[in-house]
Amino acid sequence: MTDGTPEETSQAQAYTVRLELVDEPGALLDALRPIADHGGNLLSILHERGNVTPRGRIPVEIDLEIHPERFDDLVEALRTAGVNVVEAGEERYSEELTVLLSGPLVATDLSDTISELEAESNVAVTDISLSAPEGADATASARFRLATDRGDPESTLAHVRALADRKGLTVVEPQIDHGGEA
Amino acid sequence: MRVAIAGAGAVGRAVLELAGGYGHDVTAIFDSSGAAVDTDGLDPETVLDRKEQTGSVGSADRDRALDGPYDVLVEATPVTLGDAQPAFGYCRRALERDRHLVLANKGPVAERYSALRALEADSAGTVRFEATVGGAIPAIRTIEDYGPSKVRAVRGVLNGTANFVLTRMAAEGLGYEDALLEAQDLGVAEADPSFDVEGTDAALKGVILANVLTGGDPEFTLADATVDGITDIPASALELAAEDGQTVRLIGEATRETVRVGPRLIPEHGTLAVSGTRNIVQLDTEHAGRLNISGRGAGGPETATAVLADIGRLG
Repeated sequence: MTDGTPEETSQAQAYTVRLELVDEPGALLDALRPIADHGGNLLSILHERGNVTPRGRIPVEIDLEIHPERFDDLVEALRTAGVNVVEAGEERYSEELTVLLSGPLVATDLSDTISELEAESNVAVTDISLSAPEGADATASARFRLATDRGDPESTLAHVRALADRKGLTVVEPQIDHGGEA
Repeated sequence: MRVAIAGAGAVGRAVLELAGGYGHDVTAIFDSSGAAVDTDGLDPETVLDRKEQTGSVGSADRDRALDGPYDVLVEATPVTLGDAQPAFGYCRRALERDRHLVLANKGPVAERYSALRALEADSAGTVRFEATVGGAIPAIRTIEDYGPSKVRAVRGVLNGTANFVLTRMAAEGLGYEDALLEAQDLGVAEADPSFDVEGTDAALKGVILANVLTGGDPEFTLADATVDGITDIPASALELAAEDGQTVRLIGEATRETVRVGPRLIPEHGTLAVSGTRNIVQLDTEHAGRLNISGRGAGGPETATAVLADIGRLG
């Protein structure tokens, strides 16, 4: 996100792109290359090999982050590269939230915490930073970047609060701006 | 005006000292052990010397102060929760005598807002309480001037002690305990800091703001607030926030529906990220966008300035 040109003042946004690939070696790689070329950041790939479309192609769902200004160019590049884009730009995750959790993160199973965060529909953990200066057994902190539905950060935060409560963790929520300029 | 002062802590003493400069006479002051009364006006220096030497402002009976001649009672006794006594009783006595009431004490306004307003409705006196929120910052009167219905939300850094601790943790990488010790050494935090660092003080201010926004319908008390303090925030949390260009502040927020206080992630150089003991109050208005007012949120002369501004607004 640091390579944006000056006119790109907005933040990267999350998009879902649905593709249909021919069942050939390298097809997936060919489809992913334009994403990297356009400065996109892959969030997840759902590659259903066993699920074939009526036309004999393999459906792939890709979640990615990219600056909105570059998204149309990316879709164009995918099509130019011969990838069949069946749906693009449905913003499944479009709001980004950062939360801090502190406490016995390791003892309460960090990977389980991540799964629990994602157990809520439409929440994806896109980035984690951990700081455990006193060792794995002591109090640690983690910063989670969550992609969530546009316009509904409050339900995501309620989910985070309930999880932290169950695990005895301390939450630092983002100060959500309800309208009003900064 | 003739001013009577309930309470001789930092705020009560500062009102006594500064009132003359605003053209007022202090005719009575009392603390937990006695009272000083002079219908011609007390000499502040004499009273303050006596307080310093004996621990009390005078040997007169408290009732003489409360029943004596004054136009406005300044309520500046320590905050109590629940029934907000004995402060609420002093408020009642002033209003029942048709005297004005200016509060620096959050207890009665946060815990018994409707009862206080009901006493005011039956009295020729007026109730004001600018000093209860944000010290010298004119938060309440700004909401009143704009019209409470034209303000959607009020939020801010409402406790200087917690803000000082978080500022030092972020700036020096100190742990919570070390930053708190430093605050205590500097007199920024009290020996028992729980009221400040657990968020209670900020929550009372949030409750008062919510009551002003709703006019007391619905009425909020501390029990209606969702409150988290800063005692469980480790240094590592501030470090991770800083890596991301953010910091942590204890933010109180009042709307017509909720009062919430808790540590929040905010942009490191954003408007709400005031440093040290500084406070900020941010108003979201209906037609005029956002208004930010920052300044000294605590301290004797600062809070007394708000008290004296209130007195200046009385008939």
